[in-house]
Amino acid sequence: MNLLDLLIALPGIGFILTLLIPRAQEKLIRTITLAFSLLTFVLSIGLITGYQTGQPGQQFVTDTVWIANPEIHWHVGIDGLSLWLIILSTFLTPIAIGISWRYIKDRTKEFFAFLLLLEFGLVGVFAAWDLFLFYVFWEVVLVPMYFLIGIWGHDRRIYAAVKFFLYTMAGSVLMLTAIIFLYNRAGTFDYAAILNGIASGRIMLSHSEETFLFLAFFIAFAIKVPLFPLHTWLPDAHVEAPSAGSLMLASVMLKMGTYGLVRFCLPMFPTAARENAPWIVILAIIGIVYGALVAMVQPNMKKLVAYSSVSHLGFVVLGIFSFTQMGLDGAVYQMLNHGISTGALFILVGFMYERRHSLAISDFGGVATAAPWLSTIFLITTLASIGLPTLNNFVGEFLVLQGTAQANFTWTIFAAIGVILSACYMLWMYQRVFFGELVDEVKHHMPDFNAREWACMIPLVIMMVWMGIYTQTFLPAITEANLKILDQSKSNAPLRVSLPGYRAGSAGAAAGGNAHAR
Amino acid sequence: MQNLWLIPALPFLGFLINGIFGRKFSKTIVNFIAVASVVLSFGWVMKVFLTVPDLAATPVHEHYFTWIKSGEFSVGWDFAVDKLTMIMLMIVTGIGSIIHIYATGYMAHEEGYYRFFAYLNLFMFFMLNLVLAANYLILFVGWEGVGLCSYLLIGFYFIKHSATTAGNKAFIVNRIGDFGFSLAMFLIVVNFGTLNFSDVFSAAPGKPTGTLTAIALLLLLGACGKSAQLPLYVWLPDAMEGPTPVSALIHAATMVTAGVYMCTRSAAIFTHAPAAMETVAIIGLATAVFAATIGLVQNDIKKVFAYSTVSQLGYMFLGVGVGAFSAGIWHLMTHAFFKALLFLGAGSVIHACHGEQDMRHMGGLKKYAPITFWTLLAAALAIAGVPPLAGFWSKDAILAAAYQHAPWMFWVGAVTAGMTAFYVFRAMFMTFFGEYKGHGHPHESPVSMWGPLAVLAVLSVVGGYVFNVPKILESMFPIAEEPDNPMLLAVSIGVGLLGIAIAYYMYVVNTELPNRIASSLGGVYTLVYNKYFVDEIYDATVVHPMVAGSETVLWHGIDQGVIDATVNGVGSQSKSIGGVLKLLQSGNIRSYATWVVIGAVALLIVMGITAMGFAGVGQ
Repeated sequence: MNLLDLLIALPGIGFILTLLIPRAQEKLIRTITLAFSLLTFVLSIGLITGYQTGQPGQQFVTDTVWIANPEIHWHVGIDGLSLWLIILSTFLTPIAIGISWRYIKDRTKEFFAFLLLLEFGLVGVFAAWDLFLFYVFWEVVLVPMYFLIGIWGHDRRIYAAVKFFLYTMAGSVLMLTAIIFLYNRAGTFDYAAILNGIASGRIMLSHSEETFLFLAFFIAFAIKVPLFPLHTWLPDAHVEAPSAGSLMLASVMLKMGTYGLVRFCLPMFPTAARENAPWIVILAIIGIVYGALVAMVQPNMKKLVAYSSVSHLGFVVLGIFSFTQMGLDGAVYQMLNHGISTGALFILVGFMYERRHSLAISDFGGVATAAPWLSTIFLITTLASIGLPTLNNFVGEFLVLQGTAQANFTWTIFAAIGVILSACYMLWMYQRVFFGELVDEVKHHMPDFNAREWACMIPLVIMMVWMGIYTQTFLPAITEANLKILDQSKSNAPLRVSLPGYRAGSAGAAAGGNAHAR
Repeated sequence: MQNLWLIPALPFLGFLINGIFGRKFSKTIVNFIAVASVVLSFGWVMKVFLTVPDLAATPVHEHYFTWIKSGEFSVGWDFAVDKLTMIMLMIVTGIGSIIHIYATGYMAHEEGYYRFFAYLNLFMFFMLNLVLAANYLILFVGWEGVGLCSYLLIGFYFIKHSATTAGNKAFIVNRIGDFGFSLAMFLIVVNFGTLNFSDVFSAAPGKPTGTLTAIALLLLLGACGKSAQLPLYVWLPDAMEGPTPVSALIHAATMVTAGVYMCTRSAAIFTHAPAAMETVAIIGLATAVFAATIGLVQNDIKKVFAYSTVSQLGYMFLGVGVGAFSAGIWHLMTHAFFKALLFLGAGSVIHACHGEQDMRHMGGLKKYAPITFWTLLAAALAIAGVPPLAGFWSKDAILAAAYQHAPWMFWVGAVTAGMTAFYVFRAMFMTFFGEYKGHGHPHESPVSMWGPLAVLAVLSVVGGYVFNVPKILESMFPIAEEPDNPMLLAVSIGVGLLGIAIAYYMYVVNTELPNRIASSLGGVYTLVYNKYFVDEIYDATVVHPMVAGSETVLWHGIDQGVIDATVNGVGSQSKSIGGVLKLLQSGNIRSYATWVVIGAVALLIVMGITAMGFAGVGQ
């Protein structure tokens, strides 16, 4: 049992332990869950320090048979891609517990237990290298989130939870179909074995099979991302979810989708991925602009942030399907950035809801006078979200757009419009909520941060600045992993050459492929 | 190692200290930290200036750390100082110091004192970052950063709706410019593989003209946003909602000139893109005329100077566009002297009149605020181009270069110069001459305010002659040999004097005349007085359709009407299935889980069959 196994096991143990505590012991429940999540986070730092950049392949690997027939392995490990997403999960879970500390009064035990179960699933999903194991963790994540929205949500929680569940299950089932299809062909669920089999031609997939498998995975992930037009579950889920739910949903769960695109869709089905890239890119760009425009007219703060997520995640998908090193690096970096800054926005909106019991922008005004520090931190987060240089999102957006420019400059022009619009919707909201005369209802219900809230926000603000200025902490491992994925995404070259060029017209098929190798 | 990083780091430290702890400090401590950090920064600039033997031969270049690295692309946090940067550093830290001192007096009675100085220090940090940058991306950091500070300071009185709206407008319009700037950067990386100035500029001559033109035009879009040129100038007049020292420092002397600096810095790209150069010249000239006409009829003293700034920035772009880069920078410098002085003087006037900004309620202040009057007069003469004051030298250099390029540009520029002299002296006469028409008792400002005015007045008088920028920058931008043309000189001086004379006649001798002219012009006057209704046109054609369309078509139409309606349709279908299953199971959740399992099994069966089918096809 290595560190990674322990990191998956700890939240699981914490979950079971919490369930054993009598429900009256609310304080003990909160303390135990917080202790478990903090311990998990502290130990997860060992992944960063122990991770060797420059050493190919997975690290912290455990590979033992879990179920003998069909042969399913407990195969976990990390590369530069999963490393930071796992850290993001372990970093945010204690914060999710912290922001729920006072807010959750009903069924405390289940709530905090579910947060640990969620962490268990999230760490597992990013660590799994066995397709079936991946699927199991993928579904494990779904369950606590469904209950978080359905039990502790706002008025329309049932509608939102069901919508969330149906959308994601529809995708999951498609993915399961594809996984089992692959198992039938390959005789194994092992990621690397299947990948090598496809690349070497040992597992022959016809063109239509590859397209079918690609689409099955792609739709499952695209729903999770969410990619336009599969996004409408997201605003409802966010508005109804409690803060901790919104935080984990936006910051980490959406990344399961983009992670899946990078991990599975690109390297496993390179031909289909490249063939389908043009329309996927167009959907991503529509998502960027559309999400921003719809965010602009939202009367509800949480819904506004939710639609902004659609826009931000569009950048991620765009970067992935640019098939360039910078685009892919930017996409992965943007996954982390979005986790930090949009997560922070949801937390802050949650803090304001706890004070004012409203999410409507029109119910606020003059908050800057009443709560200057809350306003300052909100402003910093806003600036991070709209991609101000020196804060985190800028780096990701820059790399994505630069990578896209290398593939097709026209795409960049349209996508960059999203950067203008983000300033519109965020600053207009900020003005209406924080500036102007102090409204009476706000005046009496808007104390500034307390110590617990500071403790939740400071780590996030530090990360915004750190990731915005010193990217070298994070990027080398990411670049290395992406380099390999890019390489794999053009691995079945013989097949691809016979197909029409991906950038037909500008270059021949082979030359087009080479152009993307850079 | 010159430790260039100290130059921006000092004001940044000031920002951190005042920003975090300022609320608990006395005003004296806040003052001390804010002013000292900028003065020390100025000191460090001088230290660099004095210790580097020859900036032209050996520019200073310092690399601190790698900022972003992906694949073969890498960009570092690098600073560099050559002669151009040195001039900018001196202007920014020098004028910055003066205005910080002035602000300690001007803002003495304001709420949020510490906040003001924290923002102002933060602005210095970003502005210095902008001019010290050794690559486009670090320049862009400063570029967006100063935009942020501009936003914060325009909206400093955040209770006022008009102030925060103006702040938003500034930020968003600048974002449109930055859209162009970032696209230019992407094109540069695609074509050059790097963003480092030295590498890009040395490779530029070998690139196709079309590429360079595209890059240059996109950079120009960025410059039009930051430096308030047509069609993106609309934010600057509104920016006057900010406190007056902000108008002087950010919206006159430093930040708004960043576009001129950036284009000059990119001279290697622009000079190889003639079409782009011509565009720069035409936009600059058009902006100069357009804004000057609006300036003729404004009654708010800060608005007059705001449109004047737009117009003068147009002059600088004219210089850049006709290839006289160093003349553009020269005018940038002299403009920093006299326009900062005009704004600070206007601040002193507003202070004297207890917050009144409408010149129709001023008058006769010569008697009450003599120091303000005499220092402002120096600035007014300088901007009017009266020799040998600062503005004369730089304006003449630009006009002469324009004549070489195309005589019509000279003539349009000369007419604009006449209008400039007119509107500035119109303001002078309306505020300082005649009888006082305001309320209360006007008074002279404290020494912390008139001291800086005096320093700037000296610079406005001698600054153009003493600091001969084209000579200083000769190693970078060779001075074109031009035949002496006394006619040009006579015209450029003559129009200035004529403008002053007309203003004197209309606003001192025959004060009834302006109203009669206004009423006889009728529609034209209304058009110009309302700034050609440009804001209204932008609102009606861009902002309103975008917001209304997003609301009705995208949100209610597509999101709720099409996508959600479809999903809910599917949802209610599955609900009815769930309803059947509910007969077997007790809870709703479980019924869904069951549904899912059944669905999954069904799909597995279907998949098994199709898999066999596919297998058959595959082999």
